Amino acid sequence: MSQRINLQGNHACALGAIRAGCRFFAGYPITPSSEVAESMARELPKVGGTFIQMEDEIASMAAVIGASMGGMKSMTATSGPGFSLKQENLGYACGAEIPCVIVNVMRGGPSTGMPTRPSQGDIMQARWGTHGDHPIIVLAPASAAEAFSETSRAVELSEQLRVPVVVLLDEAIGHLVETVDLDAIPETPEVWRKWAEGPKQDYEPYAVTDDMVPPMSRPGDGYRTHTTGLTHAPNGFPTQNPAIAEAALTRTTTKLDLHRERYESWRVRQCDDADLLIVAIGISARAAQAAVDDLRADGVKAGLFRPVTLWPFPEEALREVVASSGAKTVLVPEMNQGQLVLEVERVLKGSAGTVGLGRIDGEAITPDQIAGKAREILG
Amino acid sequence: MSDETRLTELRQKFGRQPAAPDETTGAEPTPREAQPRFRGLESGHRACQGCGEALAARLVMECAGPDVMVANATGCLEVFTTAWPESAWRVPWAHSLFENAAAVASGMEAAMKARGRNTKVLAFGGDGGTYDIGFQALSGMLERYHNVLYVCYDNEAYMNTGIQRSSSTPHAATTTTSPAGRERMGKRHLKKDLLSIIAAHHIPYAASASVAFPQDLQRKVRYAMGIDGPTFLVVHSPCPLGWRHESRLTINVARRAVECGLFPLVELERGSLTNVMPIRDQRPVTDYLQLQGRFAHLFGDDPRAQQKRDHLQALADYNVQVYGLTGAGPDPADTGGAAAVGRSGVAAGRR
Repeated sequence: MSQRINLQGNHACALGAIRAGCRFFAGYPITPSSEVAESMARELPKVGGTFIQMEDEIASMAAVIGASMGGMKSMTATSGPGFSLKQENLGYACGAEIPCVIVNVMRGGPSTGMPTRPSQGDIMQARWGTHGDHPIIVLAPASAAEAFSETSRAVELSEQLRVPVVVLLDEAIGHLVETVDLDAIPETPEVWRKWAEGPKQDYEPYAVTDDMVPPMSRPGDGYRTHTTGLTHAPNGFPTQNPAIAEAALTRTTTKLDLHRERYESWRVRQCDDADLLIVAIGISARAAQAAVDDLRADGVKAGLFRPVTLWPFPEEALREVVASSGAKTVLVPEMNQGQLVLEVERVLKGSAGTVGLGRIDGEAITPDQIAGKAREILG
Repeated sequence: MSDETRLTELRQKFGRQPAAPDETTGAEPTPREAQPRFRGLESGHRACQGCGEALAARLVMECAGPDVMVANATGCLEVFTTAWPESAWRVPWAHSLFENAAAVASGMEAAMKARGRNTKVLAFGGDGGTYDIGFQALSGMLERYHNVLYVCYDNEAYMNTGIQRSSSTPHAATTTTSPAGRERMGKRHLKKDLLSIIAAHHIPYAASASVAFPQDLQRKVRYAMGIDGPTFLVVHSPCPLGWRHESRLTINVARRAVECGLFPLVELERGSLTNVMPIRDQRPVTDYLQLQGRFAHLFGDDPRAQQKRDHLQALADYNVQVYGLTGAGPDPADTGGAAAVGRSGVAAGRR
């Protein structure tokens, strides 16, 4: 029997995480992400999982970290202001390499902003919200089906790489209801983090391994471990020895470079011969797709490059697409005052002209707006 | 400008003047006529029909204002009173965030004090912003002894985000994050006894009130306003949407909560119980529960329903016993609470 169901983006996040084995959710109500928590409150008990509503976002993030240390795949969901509250704990998770997933459904900001309105204002917060140099992966779904599959992937990546993974939706995708064929989303074997094995006396919680991802000790397995937010040596204990501190920080901030192939993901549409390339994520990418079709019908050679993994940004892929298509101009429509466009500029280093198109009025960016801007650029 | 001049100006601004002795008879105005007209919260705001919080806020503001400034936490109150381009407030008012009303009020109060002003600062929050996320800021404000009246409008869940449970949600109530069903009969934890925690800060005055007893509520606000120091009031404010009762029943529902003992109206000074609203004939909790859809699962065939009803009855009986609510005195239902309270307190020292 085909499992074609109408699914809201937020509900899809919850179901996707559960499919990937997430069995712990701690959250706090905040528009427009509350449906993720509500879904989890309903669905997790059915599979023996645990849902806890915490007293605030700080506690939610901390509980997720605690549950992950306790040996469960865990997730939380929030929106802009709540994401800000989670940032200190998120930095801890990056530093102590605790696998966890954070869904952030972006709304108009800053502060309480426009809670029921779409925005893409947290593109930079998702990357740089917490303090210090840190590794982080950010995935940006653009449909309900992708909210399902990308949240699944987020759980897997966080486990494989011992890194927090953010699933970045905008309100429009979070609340978009689409028919999703769950059978069409491939079942993947359940992924778990590497657990500590072998002689107990040799175990080091932050040992430098070939893949730069140290095995974690599971409570009760008998491995002696030490976990701290202080900068720590491979044995887990705090150190301010310059050489050890630098090596430890370098390993965590560069470990993702080794595994680029595992997490990098992007989609291209009609890019082969594009004169004008559009780079967009989330609902802006959906609008851009319609704009590309519209422009093509007019004989304008437009194409769309959509990063699905937003951070680390798929820079090589974008450079290649620009080089092979020979696109002279790159248009970056986004629902903020210009965040993604900065990264695109950095990546292209002037190899193509970069033009931003922002919208911050609480409405979703439209295909007409993007196509209009494209025609304006091309004259 | 002196405080006196400013008060006069405010009174002029807000219309009706305190009445003077009658020109022909020379009769003194009644105390009510002598009150300056200040409605506190203007009509025309966007609260739902039957909103307990809107009523409670108006009752509080009516006797706290106009010489006050308000720090309002995120929540329904902030949203429905300030729909663009109108405000229902006639006092300096600021919305900040969800977790920080008490801390923002601390800053406001310190600034007013530094400027030599006596304007009282009020902080308003819902139960989510008070029992949960704003709890730390509130505790700090009380401990540092800021001259602020903090009012918590308690509708027992996160209503603004769509009815999620809070630590104030009563045991067994269904919400979107404590759904009743096969696994659970609604929320499995107890309602947090916030007032006891507040009292443990040994602040001058902490009390509970209910929209069903407006005279009692307003007397408590006036008393708190006269105190130079931190004071706290929690007001039971039904939410027809979240509690799923008919909007015309708001006052009935709130009244029954008091009359069954589930929401005791008490006053604490420096940590000691000084007064309670007595209950002459305690109602069974089912009188209260059955009016509300959030407890509908407690009246079905499920064998756990009776257990839950018994549990809630036991919680109400506990309140009655521990606060000594069955003391003698006129029934508050007869007088709206106005006559049922005396500062000597029927239960003073009993705890």
